Amino acid sequence: MKKKSILESSVLYTILAILIGFLIGAIFLAIAGISPATAYGKLFSSIFGKPKYLVWTLIYASPVIFTGLSVAFSFRTGVFNIGAEGQYIVGALTATVLGILVDVPAIIHVPLCIIGAAAAGCCWSLIVGIMKVKRGIHEVLSFIMFNWIAFYLSNYVVNTKIIHKEGGGEASKDVLASARILFPESIRKVLDCNSANWGFILAVIIAVIMYIIIEKTTLGYRLKAVGFNRNAAEYAGINADASILTALGISGALAGLGGAVQILGMGGRLAQLASQEGFGFEGITVALIGGSNPLGCIFAGIFYGAMKYGGSKLTMIKAPAEVVNIIMGCVIIFIAISSVFRELFLKLAPKKDGKEGK
Amino acid sequence: MNFLTNLGLLINATLIATPPLLFAALGSCFSERSGVVNIGIEGMMTVGAFTGAVVGLYSGNGWFAFLCGGLAGALMATIHAIVCIQFHADQTIAGTAINFLGTGLSIFICKAMFDNSSDTPGMDPSSKLPKLFEGVFPAGSFGSNVLNVYSVAYLVFVLAAVCWFVFYKTKFGSHLRACGEHPEACESLGIDVYRVRYTCVILSGFLAGLGGAFVTLATVNQFRPSIIVGQGFIAIAAVIFGKFSPGGATAACLLFGLCTGVKTLVSLGNTISPNLISMIPYIVTILALVLFVGRANAPAANGKPFVRSR
Repeated sequence: MKKKSILESSVLYTILAILIGFLIGAIFLAIAGISPATAYGKLFSSIFGKPKYLVWTLIYASPVIFTGLSVAFSFRTGVFNIGAEGQYIVGALTATVLGILVDVPAIIHVPLCIIGAAAAGCCWSLIVGIMKVKRGIHEVLSFIMFNWIAFYLSNYVVNTKIIHKEGGGEASKDVLASARILFPESIRKVLDCNSANWGFILAVIIAVIMYIIIEKTTLGYRLKAVGFNRNAAEYAGINADASILTALGISGALAGLGGAVQILGMGGRLAQLASQEGFGFEGITVALIGGSNPLGCIFAGIFYGAMKYGGSKLTMIKAPAEVVNIIMGCVIIFIAISSVFRELFLKLAPKKDGKEGK
Repeated sequence: MNFLTNLGLLINATLIATPPLLFAALGSCFSERSGVVNIGIEGMMTVGAFTGAVVGLYSGNGWFAFLCGGLAGALMATIHAIVCIQFHADQTIAGTAINFLGTGLSIFICKAMFDNSSDTPGMDPSSKLPKLFEGVFPAGSFGSNVLNVYSVAYLVFVLAAVCWFVFYKTKFGSHLRACGEHPEACESLGIDVYRVRYTCVILSGFLAGLGGAFVTLATVNQFRPSIIVGQGFIAIAAVIFGKFSPGGATAACLLFGLCTGVKTLVSLGNTISPNLISMIPYIVTILALVLFVGRANAPAANGKPFVRSR
């Protein structure tokens, strides 16, 4: 949040944290009797081995970039959107329902599904915001409740007659082709990947827009001011309640978009959820690795997408894919305590004044 | 008679659903009131659940396994404590990391130990935690449903009373509450804020670990990846619901437990969609919050890293 002027060094510490995370992951792999070299070799060859794998990485990255943007935006505006998970689910659900039930040409259908999903995520988050503003109810508490309500709501709808796929599978019908955001057939052939879609490009565009809103507009300034010091902002004439609602609404819409991209892009249908899929919580990680910067979220999302995709291939060599979670957990911890390293390094570097560390 | 049987079943289901939440929530009270946000409860519970299942499987001693589950949770909490207290890290971020590590480590080790299976083998019923009145009441009777439950299900309420006593009737309790409100003032009075917070955070992990171990040693008899999912967060919600006090958290956990009990009973009828029924606990909570509870003020210094002046 406060690292803008020393962006270069915060990138340095993020990379350091990632390296340490891999190191600790290697230790656990070694203890489990799996050669870290083999496991990491498989991980990296699954990511970089063929151009097609890189396309898959971007497909995996798209939804988590959105949830990452959602959480990052909430961090910057002083609320903690732990409800991105639920907003993602209602977004995915809305995109599915609209994608199945509405039959219009693609030029209307795609925007309808995407905007519908964003609106659903926005509303889901706004209800929580209104309860916070009007009744003082702690947003973390209501977000957690709304995550679970969304979860069961989604499973309920997936199992209703008009949505459920007849005769088999714990999933919805396929959304109509006119709602899908896949690349044209010819490009998909060239990329050798049948699920290649516009999701990632949309994510990058939205990330740039969010960056401009946060850094370059008065709206962004107002939201940040309330997040930084609510009382001071109110004293300066900013309506804090309205700002909190705006921030939560935008944050929710971003998470909802993540759901839409996943369904209209890669998925094509909504499966019955066995447990929370974790896109919202992965969004927290992406936001942290990206330094709560929307542009940082793009790279953090790609990193996460790569790890998810590469990790899913680890089972082929009988290595537990959960090593990815261990690595990610360590990366977050070391990013969280990077200020300690910074102080240490500044102390070691004789030219710089030891006190300037933060 | 039918009513009595149903009531018995409801109480039984409540007594199975409440303890894991209540253990974790009581722990969370300690951590939050001392000024450290602990959103990593979920990860600590998972580690506790896994450790409990594995130790129970190999040692055959339910109580010993239960204790080990608690210790494993405490170990995770120690990482959280060092990162948050010693290194002044953002507590929410650290907690998120603990959740990743907790679930990741549990499933990773499980797969490494049990030939790439993410479930531990089921343990013998004799290795589980003991029931209170095994065989005293006829099976299925009211007495059996209410009284013949895992003894820990009653113990946890005793523990809640003990926590209340510690919070409000002991010196340590007043110190920990003060540390959550105004650590600087505490320090000037010679209270070691770091030591109080370390104790509270590690204790919270221990209790969360016990809660997780209850699931694998009483509710079911093995570890599965989906076994804790969400319960740690529900416990945190219960603590906020209960306005950060052990008594309030106990009431909130009982409400959750009761709703889960209702859910279990109603879903036996098979008339309403189980998914709609599953929403009951969460919708009831939201309604209760909006209608009756309202604002829950977190301890003033909650989440703010404290830097020693010495």
